[in-house]
Amino acid sequence: MVDLSVQIGDLRLKNPIMPASGTFSEDLATMLDINTLGALVTKTITHGIRQGNPTPRVCEVAGSMLNSIGIPSKGVDYFRNVTVPYYQAYDSPLVVSISGNTTDEFAQLCEAVSVPGVAAIEVNISCPNIEEDGKAFAMRPSSTLDVMRKLRAATDLPLWAKLTPNTGETSDVARAAQEGGADALVVCNTMLAMSIDVQSRKPRLGNLMGGLSGPSLKPIALRMAYQCAKAVDIPVIGCGGISTTEDVLEYLIAGASAVQVGTATFINPTAMIRIIAELEAYMVAYNFSKMTDIINSVRDEEAADTVVFMETAP
Amino acid sequence: MTVAVVDVTPGIVPANEQVFETECQVISNSPVNNDYRLLVLAAPAEILNCTPGQFFHLQCPVREGLQPYLRRPMSIYGYFPEKGELQFLYKIAGTGTAALATLAPGEPLNVVGPLGQGFDIRDDWQNLLLLARGVGLATLAPLALEAHKRGKTLTAICSARSPEMLMSIDYFRDLGANIITVTDSEETSGLENLEKLIEGLIATNGIDAFYTCGSNRLLKLLQTLGARHNISGQIALEQQMACGLGMCQCCVRSFQSPTGIVHKRVCKEGPVFDLQEAMGW
Repeated sequence: MVDLSVQIGDLRLKNPIMPASGTFSEDLATMLDINTLGALVTKTITHGIRQGNPTPRVCEVAGSMLNSIGIPSKGVDYFRNVTVPYYQAYDSPLVVSISGNTTDEFAQLCEAVSVPGVAAIEVNISCPNIEEDGKAFAMRPSSTLDVMRKLRAATDLPLWAKLTPNTGETSDVARAAQEGGADALVVCNTMLAMSIDVQSRKPRLGNLMGGLSGPSLKPIALRMAYQCAKAVDIPVIGCGGISTTEDVLEYLIAGASAVQVGTATFINPTAMIRIIAELEAYMVAYNFSKMTDIINSVRDEEAADTVVFMETAP
Repeated sequence: MTVAVVDVTPGIVPANEQVFETECQVISNSPVNNDYRLLVLAAPAEILNCTPGQFFHLQCPVREGLQPYLRRPMSIYGYFPEKGELQFLYKIAGTGTAALATLAPGEPLNVVGPLGQGFDIRDDWQNLLLLARGVGLATLAPLALEAHKRGKTLTAICSARSPEMLMSIDYFRDLGANIITVTDSEETSGLENLEKLIEGLIATNGIDAFYTCGSNRLLKLLQTLGARHNISGQIALEQQMACGLGMCQCCVRSFQSPTGIVHKRVCKEGPVFDLQEAMGW
C-alpha cells in the first residue's frame, strides 16, 4: 500500500497535490471531486472589495501564458460568510491566500481570516507593497522579514509565505521568511513579463505587464524551490509550470514536500486528478512506500557546495 | 460610478452542474464557404446535454508552426444527442482556429463543456427575432432549432458583407424561419435600414424577444428598439478566456445593474446576458 500523504508543518495532507492560488475555486467542483486534492487553496483575497485590472487580462506566449488579473476580491466578509462555509463539506484542508497593500492592512486581514474552517494562510507576499514604491514584499529580505513578523503576530494558524521569482536574493528572502515566522514557503509566484502585438503595437495585456506561468516558468521556479529547500528548515511547496507527474517528481526530488498545480488546470481541468493517480502508479512501479522516499533525494552531492555561488545568478 | 466585483446572481438558464473534459473524434472538418469551416465531432451523450448559447472550450491541436497553448472557447453550432454529434462553425482568425482547421477525420479533439448559461426562451414569448452578422449566426443556430421545436414563430435577419457570404440561410429556412438578408454590398445592412425593417416587423406581427450576438452596433440598435417598445432581449458575448470555468476571472466584462456597473464573467454568468444589462465596447 502506497502512502501519498505529506507533512507541511502541523498539517498532514492526504497527497502532495494542491491547486495554485488563482487557478482554483468552487467552480472546479463541476469537473472533479475536489476532496481528492491534498489541500484547497483559494484565490487571493483582499480586505475590501476590489475590481481587478482592465481587460485583456490574459494572453498566451509560446507554450505558456501571461496574466494580469489584479486580484479582484469580494472582500473578507464574503470569504467568512460564504466561502468558508462552502468548503466545510470537504475534508481537504482549506488554505486561504491573502494579500495587503501595507504591512498593517496585511496583518489585519490575516487576523480576520483566522476563523474555524481555515487550516492555513498562504500569505501572498509577492504582491506590491505600496509603502515600498510598489515593490513586492518578497523582493527583499528586509521587507520580507518585516511583513512576516507582523503576520506571525496576527494569527496562530500556519503561515505559508508565497515568494516571488522577481528577486535577486532568493535564499536570503527564504531565510527572512523563515525568521519572520513562516511555517512553509510556496515557491513561487508568476514572473513579471510582457508581450506586444506587432500589428497594433499595443501590449497584449490591459495592464501592460503581467505574470508568466506555465511550462516555461518551470526551470526557474524549480531552481528557486531547490535553493529555498537548501536555505531553510521549514517545508517548501513547489509551484511553477507543473503539468506532468514528472514535473511533480522533479520538484519533490529537488526538496519540495508538496506542489501546487496552476496553469495546467486551465489546459486540462482534470490534470490534478490524473497526476495523483499517476504519482501513485509511479510509487508502486518503483517500490516506494512513502513520499519521504522521494522528497529531497536529489543527488547533487559535492556539487551542492556550488549553490552558494548560484546566488550570483539570482 | 462605482464598480463592484463579480456578481454571482444566478443567470438566465442555470449552468450545468457537471462539466466534462472529453476526447471526441473528428467526423468531418470542411469549408462551408471561403471564410468558414464546419467541424463535426462524435461526442458521448453525457456532454450533449446542452442549452443553445452555451460553449465548449477546445484544446486545439499543436502542429508544426501552430502552437496554441490556451484552450479556445467556441459557441456550439449544433448538438444532436440522438446521433451523438457536436458541431462548431468557425472562421480561421488566429493560431487556435488555424490549428483547428488542420484536424482530419478520425483525429481526437479534447473538449471541455458544456459551459456557461444559455439563451432563455420564455413560454410567453411567441414571436422571436434573431439578428446576427457573419459567424454570429452560428451561435444563434441552436437557438433557432430549439425555438422551432417549441413552436415559436421565428424571424432571422442575417447580415453579411455580400450575398455569397451569408451562412446558414437554408438551416434557418428549414426551421420555418422568415429570413431577411441584408448585406454591405447591396447597401442594406446599415443601421437605418435595419431599424426600419425591425420597426416594420414590430408594427405588423409584433416581436416578443430579441436575440443577438457579437456586434456592438447591433447591440446598441436592439437596446434602443427594446427600450422604445418594451421588448426583452438577450445577447451572447465573447471575451478572452483562460480557464472557461469561472476560476481565473480573466473574462470579465462590465454590465449595468441597479447598483451601478458590475463585472461579470463571460464564461460563468454568461456568455448569454440580458440585452439591456450589456454594455457596448
